[in-house]
Amino acid sequence: MLSCIKPTALLLSALVVAIMLSLTLGRYPLPLADLGHFLLAVLGLETMAAERFNLLHNLIVNIRLPRVLAAVLVGAALASSGAAYQAVFRNPLVSPGLLGVLAGASFGAALGLLLSGNWWLTQILSFGMGLLAVGVGLGVANLFGRASIVMLVLGGVISGALFSSLLSIVKYVADPYNQLPAIVYWLMGSLALADLQQIGWISIPLLLGMAVLMSLGRALDALAMGDDEANSLGVPVTAVRYGVIAAATLISALTVSIAGMIGWVGLIIPHIARLIVGPGNMRLLPVSTCLGAIFLLAADGLARTVTTTEIPIGIVTEQLGIPVFLLVLHRVRRGWA
Amino acid sequence: MSDNRQQRAALPLAARDLYFAYRGRPVLTGASLSLQSGEVVSLLGTNGSGKSTLLRLLLGFNTPHRGEVLLAGKPLHSYRRRQIALHIAYVPQMHVTPFPYPVREVVVLGRLPATGLGRAPSRSDYEIVDIMLERLGIAHLAKRAYTEISGGERQLTLIARALAQGARTLVLDEPMTGLDYGHQLRLIERLCGLAAEGYAVLKTTHHPEHALLASTRVALLCDGRIDADGPPATVVIPSAIERLYGVRVEAHRCGPHTSFFPATTVADSSDCS
Repeated sequence: MLSCIKPTALLLSALVVAIMLSLTLGRYPLPLADLGHFLLAVLGLETMAAERFNLLHNLIVNIRLPRVLAAVLVGAALASSGAAYQAVFRNPLVSPGLLGVLAGASFGAALGLLLSGNWWLTQILSFGMGLLAVGVGLGVANLFGRASIVMLVLGGVISGALFSSLLSIVKYVADPYNQLPAIVYWLMGSLALADLQQIGWISIPLLLGMAVLMSLGRALDALAMGDDEANSLGVPVTAVRYGVIAAATLISALTVSIAGMIGWVGLIIPHIARLIVGPGNMRLLPVSTCLGAIFLLAADGLARTVTTTEIPIGIVTEQLGIPVFLLVLHRVRRGWA
Repeated sequence: MSDNRQQRAALPLAARDLYFAYRGRPVLTGASLSLQSGEVVSLLGTNGSGKSTLLRLLLGFNTPHRGEVLLAGKPLHSYRRRQIALHIAYVPQMHVTPFPYPVREVVVLGRLPATGLGRAPSRSDYEIVDIMLERLGIAHLAKRAYTEISGGERQLTLIARALAQGARTLVLDEPMTGLDYGHQLRLIERLCGLAAEGYAVLKTTHHPEHALLASTRVALLCDGRIDADGPPATVVIPSAIERLYGVRVEAHRCGPHTSFFPATTVADSSDCS
């Protein structure tokens, strides 16, 4: 029981530290001590010159906090939905995009940029198309009777292909001087456009979705044994599977609408978490969630500081993800036989 | 562990006149079978005869197109999934999950129907698990990954899970498949021991001799219905084997035991004086 608490508590503290460090990073590096003084001033425990306070407030709260929170939420959401998907599809190579949600959301965002460039429209289309793509995937899976895992995967492949081709059409008809670069850049992922108010309201469905996934930890363990066995253990298999799909789809579509396409997090973070706490989902899901948040904070830190101009975060996660995944594969191969 | 668990009798389970078809192809055409506390019932039948289908209906995984399954006299479908799980446990054919769960974690899943989905297994759940591991002689495997132990050990793990579940009716799908000779005989002995404690055991098997050796009753599934159902010695006879499998055998008795040998090659291998 102790072993259940410890990794999560440790990771939560690590996450707090990572958030603090992230707030100090940027074009104007901020000593950690200044951040501490600012926090104390906010709490009213210390006085600070108004001018200095306003400067720090602008830098920390208005500029850096939104993207730091966005990184935490997006990383956590992608990692937890990846972990839940791997259990529910009994396949450690599955990522949150399996049922087409990322392809759909990308198409929706590109369509939004093509039609107007309005940020709200882009986000809403992205979210809506993400849900629609999963709907198409599920529809295909259910076309031929009961949706087995294989049919769900095939449905996802078909839906993903459909929405990728639609994305190509949008790219083809987009104005190559303004719209196309915007679409391409957006698809590479970025946390730069996050604003505090938006993060505030989007965090509610994200946290709810993650809570749903975490509450299903034990059911997911039973499901990992096979549908019949889970059934014989009293688990409502279909309800759990569709519950996970609904929650994971909701939160991954939201991540695309906040931050564009960010790959690899949902695939590799659950593997790293499994190396730390084993495959039991009651521990794996919270640990994945924390690790995902830390990983994306680190990736965003790199994206902001490696060069003078910001690198799209999707590129960073891919560059980091591949070597990490190779290392993890080397370690876990054994268990997959 | 509380002692009332030890003495509880299994609820009677009965299939009445079941019809079931896969995509229009009839598999069961009026199969009836019952199972009581204290019984070890072996279900014999050829490949594709519908043994697994009958098990699936008895477990409530599928519903029969006609006929009904009764648990303690009430239709199985009137029970909630979790209630069924408290009474009937399923030991599937051997399989591997893609994730390296430790054996103890696999067995503690058996506590799910008792604790519910929302709660983590408690210390007393793990105590029950450890007792069952001990009982099946696999306590030393508790921390090993389920994906890395042998087939026989996996089978025992799944049986331990079924026992941890607290259900008194055990349904086993070809439990002998893939086990070595020693594991087979020990498993037969264990199943008989469980029946003596009041468990009801239903297993499918491909070996008429296993059915003879370790059952209180044998049922033959042939052409979608139960063709014979009774004490092993009266059901598992050469004529029934010929009817079922289309092979001619001769029975050879040796003390209380019977072996079957193909009718043509008996001469060299018969007498066990």
